[in-house]
Amino acid sequence: MTSDTPEKSLSLKQRFDRWMIKHGRVLVIGIPYVWLFLFFLVPFLIVLKISFAMAEYAQPPYSSLFDWIEEGVTVTLNFGNYLFLLSDNLYATAYLNSIRIAAISTVITLLIGYPMAYGIARARGSVRSILLMLVILPFWTSFLIRVYAWIGILDREGLINAFLLWTGIITEPLIMRQTEGAVFVGIVYTYLPFMILPLYSTLEKMDVSLIEAALDLGCKPWKAFLKVTLPLSMPGVLAGSLLVFIPSVGEFVIPELLGGPNTLMIGRTLWNEFFANRDWPIASAVAIAMLVFLVVPIMWFQHIQTKQEERQS
Amino acid sequence: MSGKRSTFLLSALVFGFAFLYVPILLVMIYSFNEGKLVTVWTGFSTKWYVSLFSNDGMIDAAWNSLRIGVMSATLALALGTPAGLVMSRFGRFKGRTLFSGMIAAPLVMPEVITGLSLLLLFVTLEQMVGWPAGRGISTITIAHTTFCAAYVAVVVQSRLSGMDTSVEEAAMDLGAKPAKIFFVITLPMILPALLAGWLLSFTLSLDDLVIASFVAGPGSTTLPMKVFSSVRLGVSPEINALATLIILAVSAMILISSLLILRSERNRSRASSTEEA
Amino acid sequence: MLVPEAVLDRAHEDVHKTQPWNNPDAVPFIRFENVTKKFGDFYAVDDVSLDIYRHELFALLGGSGCGKTTLLRMLAGFEEPTSGKIYIDGVDMAGVPPYERPTNMMFQSYALFPHMNVEQNVAFGLLQDGVSRSETKQLVADMLALVQMSKFAKRKPHQLSGGQRQRVALARSLVKRPKVLLLDEPLGALDKKLREQTQFELVNIQEKVGTTFVMVTHDQEEAMTMASRIAVMNEGVINQTGTPFELYEYPNSRYTANFLGQVNLVEGVLIDDDEKYAVIKSDEGGCEIYIDHAVQGHRGMTFWAALRPERLRLTKEPPENIKYNCVSGKVEEIGYLGGISTYHVRLASGKRIKVTEPNSTRQIEPRYTWEDPVWVSWEAGAASVLNK
Repeated sequence: MTSDTPEKSLSLKQRFDRWMIKHGRVLVIGIPYVWLFLFFLVPFLIVLKISFAMAEYAQPPYSSLFDWIEEGVTVTLNFGNYLFLLSDNLYATAYLNSIRIAAISTVITLLIGYPMAYGIARARGSVRSILLMLVILPFWTSFLIRVYAWIGILDREGLINAFLLWTGIITEPLIMRQTEGAVFVGIVYTYLPFMILPLYSTLEKMDVSLIEAALDLGCKPWKAFLKVTLPLSMPGVLAGSLLVFIPSVGEFVIPELLGGPNTLMIGRTLWNEFFANRDWPIASAVAIAMLVFLVVPIMWFQHIQTKQEERQS
Repeated sequence: MSGKRSTFLLSALVFGFAFLYVPILLVMIYSFNEGKLVTVWTGFSTKWYVSLFSNDGMIDAAWNSLRIGVMSATLALALGTPAGLVMSRFGRFKGRTLFSGMIAAPLVMPEVITGLSLLLLFVTLEQMVGWPAGRGISTITIAHTTFCAAYVAVVVQSRLSGMDTSVEEAAMDLGAKPAKIFFVITLPMILPALLAGWLLSFTLSLDDLVIASFVAGPGSTTLPMKVFSSVRLGVSPEINALATLIILAVSAMILISSLLILRSERNRSRASSTEEA
Repeated sequence: MLVPEAVLDRAHEDVHKTQPWNNPDAVPFIRFENVTKKFGDFYAVDDVSLDIYRHELFALLGGSGCGKTTLLRMLAGFEEPTSGKIYIDGVDMAGVPPYERPTNMMFQSYALFPHMNVEQNVAFGLLQDGVSRSETKQLVADMLALVQMSKFAKRKPHQLSGGQRQRVALARSLVKRPKVLLLDEPLGALDKKLREQTQFELVNIQEKVGTTFVMVTHDQEEAMTMASRIAVMNEGVINQTGTPFELYEYPNSRYTANFLGQVNLVEGVLIDDDEKYAVIKSDEGGCEIYIDHAVQGHRGMTFWAALRPERLRLTKEPPENIKYNCVSGKVEEIGYLGGISTYHVRLASGKRIKVTEPNSTRQIEPRYTWEDPVWVSWEAGAASVLNK
């Protein structure tokens, strides 16, 4: 190496190389870091701030926390929004209802998805890839349109009612849309692919000879399934359930389009506070509460999961 | 293996796929119904397609959505790829925990929260620095880029983690510097993952209703927002027509891409089988 | 040093050239100076000092997790030592990144670039150094000819068999004419037949190009076939360094004796020590072991006699001199391997001794059968004496 080369004689490319080796690492980390910091983390701090403000008829519709008076800055924290969330049991009900609806839907999705995933994993090669494609295809089509499809089926003037009236089984149309049942159908329908795919990938990777060994050792087929297949597919069950549960808890579109006015879910409540009541501080307080009671536990759970997987491997 | 079990699996598959596809097929069939009501079939007609294409609001919204989708998928790729690289290859650095949290969080964040928080950010920024002046396509693009970048980062990270680091080490051992290794070795190897990440981002952006509703301004209505406001009122044959077009477009794309994958796999296996012989 | 003077005494001019490690004036080409590498609290490499000379084919031998790969990766520059220094050709390698080191590595997985064909893979390193296209083309062609892969120049890695990939990896790492070629389990991914054939090919290529090779392996047979010298590693430290001959015949510890080939270790106590001989009394063996050279140690100290199975004699009758170096027992297990037979003999103490005998003539029936009372005996020079 010739260290006595003067800086000036370096070509542009050499200078760039030197600069990249010295600063490249910082640059590669820095760009996504700054973006996510600015557009993901900072917004939450603002939400937190506004959740302590009071609603006002102004633009924007909330009071400022900081007042510039002559001696300096005074900060007025208004805990009223949080107290209001506690006092009106609409919010607690919506929160618990979201968890209940999401949990029930997840179980139904698992019950429908598991046999399907198992069937696909045991199918012959070419059939398997076609079936898998059929599972993935709805995932790429519009979510909104898939929910919409059920309006036409479950509506008062929808296909099921029309069919049943035509056969004469019923004389009055059934109310199926705008019920909690319709919300279950909507969630199961839209999130079924999310359940099948991780289940399929664990079941497909599983060594068939393990089941053969169980059968060889005298296990009956259903028992071999319970004792070997099911325990070994638990990672897939867990992954699929999380993929269904997490987005359905905060769901807005499905309860709005298929649920009734009484189908309270926390995402819908937040939406209404914001768009219908134009109460930004209360909406912010709901968001912070959701964050603390929903997102943080989920992330903590996932963190523990990955830690455990790392330890096992 | 027992016949009882395969009958059970077969019926589960038949029932499951019927559940997945009957609603979609019904929407497609009724898009050709002449009447306005979904319940009564009054005859074959393509008039709803004609009326869809003459609906200027719908066409504008679709155009907005496509522009936002392309821009945010591209930006998300540019941000998410380095983020995924950092997560799988850069080891420990100061602030890594926060970084990985900021990548994982958007994936589990309810859309209403993301939407609300970004809107409040834009409002605050406008008050403080005067930018963005009003909300529209650019604010929606920023919002979509942010959560799509997290998806791209995860896709890239998982592809890189599954990749043997010795290939990159070999390039370094043969004299290539880090930046060159990334562009000449790593990037070509993760190209399929990048393509998948772009498509995923594009689809997510095209599909998003909630976040866009929060951060959109007047005159920047996206297709899902337009569809949502009309669907709220009940079934509309125009939406049936739109749904049919979307489903056909997506199916064609998936069919073509899986045929391409199948062909390249077949080439590969043919090449290796001639080798064995 | 337990190696007798006679072995070292053969040193003369010629030996200095072929065995530079026995020449006190020779300058080492690669030098590890008190190198330690810690991962967290774990010492992967613990205070290793090692000299490797030009043109050597040096093997680092040990089980998994013994630190051999870490040592190799520190030489390549993928890991920096926690403490200590590494010199290559007199230059301190501290802070020199892998892409500026005069080393090239052949990876265990071969690490061929999947999106480039054979030719592009081999040319990659030259192009990084700014070698002209025409010169690169010539060098690549020469190298592919050397490893007999010219026909496959346009193939992609996934179109090659394991053995062919191995040749491409070798060509790619040799084409830059590195001062040192590092090989991480170079034959680990090949099946047994191909491995044996490739061992000799690698040695031939090394002799042709004259590059210094440093190789990591867990296979003692591979190390002994190929290497000029071997360092036996265990738990981050080098147990013993020497030629295959030295390591097999004069192991310095029970670990080395066990790792290279098979051995019976008989524990005993030194009862007589003279300038010309020593005697160890073994309760385990139920005998006294006579050794034809002096042992460094005092009476009453514990020693182990290492007895290679092929150096033991099996007889039905007691040998002439039953005072020393013979034990009696019963045949417990017989293994007929065609070329040789192995016998496990159970002694009165319960200790089992393994004996191998060549089947040099065709026999109607086996010489010994189960439960036969037999005598096991050996020459005074057969046992090596170990104190650790």
